[in-house]
Parts: sequence; structure tokens; C-alpha cells
Amino acid sequence: MTAYPQAMNKVQQDGQLLDATDRQIIVATQAGLPLVAEPFAALARQLGLETDEVLQRVADMQACGIIRRIAAVPNHYALGYIANGMSVWNVSDEHITELGGLIGGLDYVSHCYQRPRYLPLWPYNLFAMVHGRSRDDVMARVGAISALLGEHCRGHEVLYSKRILKKTGLRIKG
Amino acid sequence: MTEKETAAAMLAILDTPATLTALEKCLLNEYQRDFPLCASPFALIAEQQGVTEEAVMGTLQSLQQRGLISRVGPVFAPQRAGASTLAALSVPDAALAQVADLVSCFEAVNHNYEREHLYNLWFVVTAADEEQVRQVLDRIEQQTGLPVLNLPLEKSFYIDLGFPLWC
Repeated sequence: MTAYPQAMNKVQQDGQLLDATDRQIIVATQAGLPLVAEPFAALARQLGLETDEVLQRVADMQACGIIRRIAAVPNHYALGYIANGMSVWNVSDEHITELGGLIGGLDYVSHCYQRPRYLPLWPYNLFAMVHGRSRDDVMARVGAISALLGEHCRGHEVLYSKRILKKTGLRIKG
Repeated sequence: MTEKETAAAMLAILDTPATLTALEKCLLNEYQRDFPLCASPFALIAEQQGVTEEAVMGTLQSLQQRGLISRVGPVFAPQRAGASTLAALSVPDAALAQVADLVSCFEAVNHNYEREHLYNLWFVVTAADEEQVRQVLDRIEQQTGLPVLNLPLEKSFYIDLGFPLWC
């Protein structure tokens, strides 16, 4: 399967073509930078580039959204954020953009999306993944979301994960 | 790191959350975005935090070895090439293990979770286009005899800034 991020397609549509060197940088950094004093110089040597060029290309990819952020990425699960609940909400369609923006901006929510309903089996149109250190923590935060949504919400549920059966990481290919 | 080692690291932290040093907490909390993009980023962090470059690098190496950070580097926008969908099945308990394996075996399925709900199996299907996603869902329906709830993303409200671990 050809697997480039849509961000790349978007950039290509905008006429700012990502080249093979950008893709090499993506492939070489998606598992992380080496923890050495000059990590971008190490990367540059590995790819046969100048350090400044690597830094500039990373900055450009960040500016156009292919790179969302540069981070020491915590393993939330290992740090005790072991509870996560997929909260699903039945909110009024006319207010969903405003409400989604509100909920998606909460710092304990990741992956906040509008999805279709299938009545009567599935009445929920807003999904928000809620993270916490315990189920009580998650429930308190779900309660806070419920209060924020107020009368625009006609019902919700929280689906906890019981087992991860398959999880494949990044699959960007060079 | 193996699953067992990750679990061990997790338990160690749950048992003794106080074992994280102030510098460890700071590096975990403050650099989920805006990690310095410069030739000597660890020296710059050291300057910002009033510690040595060696302390910053040593601490990050230790956090990574213990599985508490997965990596230091760019976070790429999720793969959105082609098409994908979130799908769910309501599987009778007795058939769950078998159906879960069947679903996981599709290369196009990259996440598959058991959740506590009438809809107890949730998975993400990613393929080159919508037609191929539909074909995978059709094959799952044929092979399991169960109707698939197909919930493609209509709009994203997610802004990824990392999130505070200690407030």
C-alpha cells in the first residue's frame, strides 16, 4: 500500500512538492532523534546533508503541518494514565461545530470527531477520547463535558477499552 | 521494549510515583511541544532549566530506557492518505476471540480494540480509497455474518498540543 500522509498530498496540491529528501528525513526521525548533543547533525551525517538544511526542512515541514509538533513524547500509559474512555455524545447537529470545538480544546481530550448516526442503533454523532489516571478521573471529566454541553446533549455513553487486540504504529514509507 | 518490560515499567511508576525527580517531571511536562529546533537542543533546554546538558541528555535517555517517553522527535500528522473509517461490531461473547482474530488479520485494519459495550469490537480500516475500505468492510461482514457499524470521520475538532501530566 502506498502510504503518504494526507498532509503531503495537501502540500503537493498547493504546489510545494515534498521531495525525496523530506521523505528521508521523515523516515529517519519517525522513531525519534538520537539522544546525542547534536542530534540534527547526526541525522545530517546519516543522510549526507548539512545540519542547517535538515533544520530548515524540519522547520518547513512544521510550518506546513506535516509535523504537528516536536516533542519528548510521553508514554501516557506507562506514566499512570491508564484509564481512557471513548465518550460518545448525541448533540444537536446545528450546534455541533461550536460544541466540538469546545470539547476538542479540553486538555484531557484527544481525538474529538464528528461521525454519522445510525438510528435507532447508534444515536451518537460526537466522539471524544477522555484520558485520566483512573475510571473515576475519567468519569469526573465526562461529567464536566456533560455540563459544558448542557441542553444541547440528548444522551451519552462511555466505552472503556478492555483489550488492545491490534495496534500498528506509523507506516510512512520512504 | 517488550510488552512485559513496558508493563513492569508501568507498575514501577504506579507503585512509586514519587520516584520521578523534579527534572524528570519537568522534561516530561514542558517539552511536549516546542522542543528546541536547533543544532544543540539539549544545551538550550539545560540553559532554560538551569541544569547541565549532560543532566538533560542523561535524564531523557533514562526516561526512554524506562519506557516513560516513547521518543524525542517530530510528531507527524496522522496518515490520512486515501480513506479510513472507524467501524464496530456487536459480537456474541462466545465468538469474540475468533471474530477479533479474523478482523485483526486484515492488513487494512491498523487498530482493533475490545470495548465494554453492546458494540464490543472497534477497529480502524485504512486503505487507498473509499471503495477499498468498503470492500474490506464487506468481506468482514461476509466472513463474520455480522453487520458492521461504519462511522467515518466527518469533521475533526482535535488540536494536538500534548497534555499536562502534572498541573
